Amino acid sequence: MPSLDQQRRRRLATRLGTLTLALLLAGLAAGSDGWSIRGLWETLQQGDAALIVGQIRAPRTLGAWLAGALLGLAGAVAQGLFRNPLADPYLLGSASGASLAVVLVLAASSLTGHGVALATASAVARLGLVGAAFAGALLGVSLTLILARGAEQTTRLLLAGVVVGVLLAAGSDLVTSAAPDALRGKQAFMLGSTGFLSWSACAVLAAGLLLALPPAWRLARALDALTLGEDAARSLGLSLSRLRAALVGALALAIGVAVSQTGLIAFVGLVAPHLVRRFAPAPHGYTLLASAATGGTLLLAADVLARSLIAPQEVPVGVLTALLGGAYLLWLLHRRRMA
Amino acid sequence: MNKAQAAVVSLRADALGVSLGSTRALDSVSIGFEPGWTTIVGPNGAGKSTLLRALAGLQAPQSGSVHLHGQALPDWTDRERATRIAWLGQQAETTGELTVREVVQLGRLPQHGLFGALTAGDEAVVDAAMHDAECSAWQTRRLHELSGGERQRVLIARALAVDAPVLLLDEPTTHLDPPHQIALVQLLRRRAAAGVTVVSVLHDLALALLADRLIVLDRGRVRAVGRSDDAALHAALIDVFGGAIRIERVGSRWVPVADLER
Repeated sequence: MPSLDQQRRRRLATRLGTLTLALLLAGLAAGSDGWSIRGLWETLQQGDAALIVGQIRAPRTLGAWLAGALLGLAGAVAQGLFRNPLADPYLLGSASGASLAVVLVLAASSLTGHGVALATASAVARLGLVGAAFAGALLGVSLTLILARGAEQTTRLLLAGVVVGVLLAAGSDLVTSAAPDALRGKQAFMLGSTGFLSWSACAVLAAGLLLALPPAWRLARALDALTLGEDAARSLGLSLSRLRAALVGALALAIGVAVSQTGLIAFVGLVAPHLVRRFAPAPHGYTLLASAATGGTLLLAADVLARSLIAPQEVPVGVLTALLGGAYLLWLLHRRRMA
Repeated sequence: MNKAQAAVVSLRADALGVSLGSTRALDSVSIGFEPGWTTIVGPNGAGKSTLLRALAGLQAPQSGSVHLHGQALPDWTDRERATRIAWLGQQAETTGELTVREVVQLGRLPQHGLFGALTAGDEAVVDAAMHDAECSAWQTRRLHELSGGERQRVLIARALAVDAPVLLLDEPTTHLDPPHQIALVQLLRRRAAAGVTVVSVLHDLALALLADRLIVLDRGRVRAVGRSDDAALHAALIDVFGGAIRIERVGSRWVPVADLER
């Protein structure tokens, strides 16, 4: 007979699977006139169904899940690596690096008279922004690693991440004060959006997930050993500097790919591992996979809500995740205080 | 670990020097360890934990060296070292959601590395370690749900599960109630009698004086080495604790007594 823990893990997996399927359907049905299965059916009867559902709603829906999965995975890696349940995957300078790179591209295009806005960017311009965000995220993490003199010490790594975050954010503010036209684009990037996700974006996100998930999962037992402290993990024969480097690499890749496609979507990476630990506490092998699935489900749900709440207008999905995630963490704090 | 392997195990520190910031934590410490139970004692800040960490390969010395089996510690790979030396630190803050059994299973990590699966033999070692540390009854509970003493027994079981010929324990009696402190002493004696080189740091002198051999450490230097009935060792102990204790014989044992009249 399966243990209580196994039952919880299976129950969570089943619920996530069911919820994801339902939300995928909802994502296909959510259009500019609100959320309706009948509307989806009617759209499919029309001649432009392939365009609306196949080229807009389907990639956006799948892309939201994939980006959320990357954020959930990165959150679980960050919290395990830093031995801190409040560690945010945007630590280590990835978010501020991506943000600065995007602002630089927007400012450069504005100053050279080739204004680029996120919403109206051409395929080439969009590719440039995506590439800049990805490169900026990796550059931010690299700067943190240089400042921390490698991944040897967790505290130094965290402090370096904070310093790099502040410096790059200041750089980004400086650029926007010199080129105010970039401010709106920066704001859109900071709020995060699933509205521009195409099939090619889905391919990039899926590739990121396929590259980041297996190494992180393979190192799950190292994260388990780290729960006993760094010295205990080293005494068990683990080379922490190499492990940290590999895990930081997976984290940077996951965050770099996700923010390059969706901008900075708040709280998904922080909250997804919390939810997994609450409903199915487990070793990291399970937590990493379930956090990815939960992150995917959360962002997909937020995307459907963002499209449906005030249709035909959209609520920025990052605002929605920040509101919902913040409310969840407040509730969690309240519960702990009561306990 | 087989007996033949255990019989030749030796751990040796040669002129070991460690500085922590501006503090000289260990100053030219030379000492050897053979199978049996050795306890390191000394006042706060004497360098006891630093010596244990250096012996475990967790603290690189600025001078001198540690040899295991005649081979310098850095010449062993991390995993080779980890299968031969088990280490338990002073109770660190633990995190995560692992159950008691999952924590003890981590003791088998050095044998298989990150990617190997536990065998039935490993599970038997895990069962034996939990039995010896008396934590089998709550193996499905999570570490963070346990009391300090219960958690300490689990961490002891984790160290035992490595099944290494050298067992280094820093304050293993922390949080344990008197019956479990005595049970731990008996366990360490059994392991030592089976050929394991047990080295512990203990603040409780009454328990420390039950070891086969004591090392008195003071300000990073070895002040005395000897058995519990060694008069020179008693003198060194009284001296490093500033005369606050006396060592008296009670039946067949030597026990520390607080010297309240001094």
